[in-house]
Amino acid sequence: MTNTEGNTPEILELEEQKRILKEICARFDNDRHRMMDILLDTQRRLRCIEPHAMQTIASLVGCTQVEVEGVVSFYAFFSDKPKGEISIYLCDDIIDRHAGMNKVAKTLEMELGISMGETTADGRFSIDVTPCIGMSDQAPAAMFNEIILPNLTPESVCETIRQLKSGVRPEDLAGVCGDGNNGHELIGSQVRNNVRLRGEVLLCEVDDNKGLEKALAMEPASILDQITGSGLRGCGGAGFLTGRKWGFAAATEDEQRYVFCNADEGEPGTFKDRVLLTERAHLLVEGMTIAGRAIGSDQGLIYLRGEYVYLKPWLEHVLMERRKDGFLGNNIFGIRNFNFDIRIQLGAGAYICGEESALISSCEGLPGEPKTRPPFPAEKGYLGHPTIVNNVETFCHVARIMDQGAEWFKEMGTPESKGTKLLSVCGDCERPGIYELPYGISVADLMKLAGAQDVAAVQVGGPSGELIGRNGFHRTICFEDLSTGGSVMMFSTKRNIIEIVEYYLDFFIDESCGFCTPCRVGNVFLKERIGKIRKGHAVPDDIEYLKELGNTIIKTSRCGLGQTSPNPVLSSLQNFPLVFSVLVQENEDGLETNFNIQNALEESRRLAKHRSYIYDHDFADES
Amino acid sequence: MTTETFIIRIDGVDIEARPGQTIMQAADEAGIYIPRLCDVEGLRHQGSCRVCIVKVDGRTTTSCTQPAEVGQNVESETEELLNFRRDLVRMLFHEGNHLCPICEASGNCELQAMAYRLKITQPTKFPYLQPVRSLDATHPDIALDTNRCIRCGRCIRASQDVDGKGVFGYVGRGIHRSVGVNGDNLASTNVDVTDKAIAPETCPVGCIIRKGVGFRTPIGEREFDSSVIGESSERGSDD
Repeated sequence: MTNTEGNTPEILELEEQKRILKEICARFDNDRHRMMDILLDTQRRLRCIEPHAMQTIASLVGCTQVEVEGVVSFYAFFSDKPKGEISIYLCDDIIDRHAGMNKVAKTLEMELGISMGETTADGRFSIDVTPCIGMSDQAPAAMFNEIILPNLTPESVCETIRQLKSGVRPEDLAGVCGDGNNGHELIGSQVRNNVRLRGEVLLCEVDDNKGLEKALAMEPASILDQITGSGLRGCGGAGFLTGRKWGFAAATEDEQRYVFCNADEGEPGTFKDRVLLTERAHLLVEGMTIAGRAIGSDQGLIYLRGEYVYLKPWLEHVLMERRKDGFLGNNIFGIRNFNFDIRIQLGAGAYICGEESALISSCEGLPGEPKTRPPFPAEKGYLGHPTIVNNVETFCHVARIMDQGAEWFKEMGTPESKGTKLLSVCGDCERPGIYELPYGISVADLMKLAGAQDVAAVQVGGPSGELIGRNGFHRTICFEDLSTGGSVMMFSTKRNIIEIVEYYLDFFIDESCGFCTPCRVGNVFLKERIGKIRKGHAVPDDIEYLKELGNTIIKTSRCGLGQTSPNPVLSSLQNFPLVFSVLVQENEDGLETNFNIQNALEESRRLAKHRSYIYDHDFADES
Repeated sequence: MTTETFIIRIDGVDIEARPGQTIMQAADEAGIYIPRLCDVEGLRHQGSCRVCIVKVDGRTTTSCTQPAEVGQNVESETEELLNFRRDLVRMLFHEGNHLCPICEASGNCELQAMAYRLKITQPTKFPYLQPVRSLDATHPDIALDTNRCIRCGRCIRASQDVDGKGVFGYVGRGIHRSVGVNGDNLASTNVDVTDKAIAPETCPVGCIIRKGVGFRTPIGEREFDSSVIGESSERGSDD
């Protein structure tokens, strides 16, 4: 076949695309397990991953095209349609909406002449919305490529777009850097830490490497004993005993074990890991290294959420420094055969990857679907090998416990919840930010600290947690009562409870992996009925319906997402019965309030092209 | 070599199980049927439809993936669990477009049969999502009507693990998760009518249709027209 003039550029383009993809895949050894990295690079360079690209990647790494498509279509930051050279993701969390995100969105749309989800004709800009990007204390915020701009206003985005249009790159946008390491040349971000209260464990002055030094003087079994003895529980929300999890992995026969750090904090309203990654990166790596020693692992991985890509150069630098100083790599601290190193795996916009087995799937180059238990990751995890997955904060605690001792740690907190917790406080309060407090603080005391007045509701633990009202403000934050991975959102009396609930259902619908029936379908049904309540069309039966459906979803879903997604509905029904009773109408006349005969007839009228004999009183006149 | 058996209890009946078996496998061997849609003999267990939900020592789990273990107390046919199963089957009906009277699979359809077994005989409380889904009739011998797909993934596993091909795969997430084909359409794949993925027992509903043989068995003479799904594997009548 000869080249016709019409398709030459296209073929050339495809050839060029193939060349780029070959280069990208080769950089990751054509290893299909590195699919996330391959696709992240492809998206960054080609701005889209369309079917030809999927096919090329599939043949290079040895899998099928539909498998690549499965990954591309799973993660929010991959797209099969071209995104802009400057790709803007505006955070669309409820906190951002309350902080004026809608006006910012409208301004962006007007300035660029496109709607959300679109790309400008010249390919320069695209705008999309995305759930919580971990900036709820400085909302509204958005990602401009890898750069985060917080505290947006219609005026500020106008100016930003003007600069970008004039050729300024997002990384060179003028602005004042945030405090602490945000000003470090490798971060250089306008993000602020907003640390409001430094506790005794993590945010006070900490000595570098003291914990590691002491741990390396001990037998691995003794490290395990000390962590178990401290009572430390996972800080990501589930609260599993850290020492026990490690014990399972250590007890396996496998030669290869892995230490994974979950830095994918995606629970709306949580941003404490952002601050730890910025200010306590060394402590985190120290804790992971101790874990490596304790369970007998030489490989670690930090799964960094895609939204925090702006922290990646900084974290790479920290790892490099530690390798140089002999705290990572081979023969650490001069101990023969104690080898441990860490690589960073970037995510691509999927809340579910904060679930430990979904996180592992993602690292294996798969869609971020949780895995069926048993087996548990600590026994069979990454590529079938024992893998412990712990939160950023948990690893930081580990390093401090090894330094200061289990007894010191145990003295803080409550009987079942030891130590301190970093709380990310946001919403309607004067001082949003990070509070490090011993477990057991009451919501009321936290509200006082944060300067929250006129608060009607507090969402503790993010949407998967509990929405409490005034009669619950005496309750305490700890695993015995209100557990949280860190998220505490405050809502004033001016906020609409049902709007909040509906937003959270939207969030879960978007973030469900879709693997199992109840979570995939049931959440859509919950939302439909909440919408009906919000419109004032609901009847008392709808309340029972929501409770029953919520229970089915909780009891039959496979993973934590589905097992908690009805919580916004169920906890608001329990704690805000008055709100619902105002909106739900008794239908004394036996008519369903949600059924409007005129609306129902409209379609028939249109199709039949005539009016109704019974319902249209003017029927006779017409005929 | 004999493997040592042990006892688990299902709905008050003690049955034998062997190490390595799932609860469902042990139940099957003992003539106790646990309803299921995504699990089928010969394919790896997935546990996604959740219809085989049981309670083991008070905790809900899928019996097709949960290993049988010494002394388990399993509940299956309780009113609570039957209601869960009904909700799950209803969700599958309402998620897609299932018009039994005009469906080629009617009478052979496991979803329809499961609804009858669970005594779902009327329109249900859930809203119909009425999605707009594609038809793929490009292949000369096979048609895909994804309106009827219940995302069980049986075709995906059959193609990957039995046929060694990977013609099908999951794409999308959440409510947009669907079964995609490895290429632009089915005709562009290396699928063959002799594939396990295309075999009538693989697709539980009427999504994968063989062209040219539709309605060869008249409605009324089909598998579930005269029997209840699962009945043939249940101990009872011949005891």
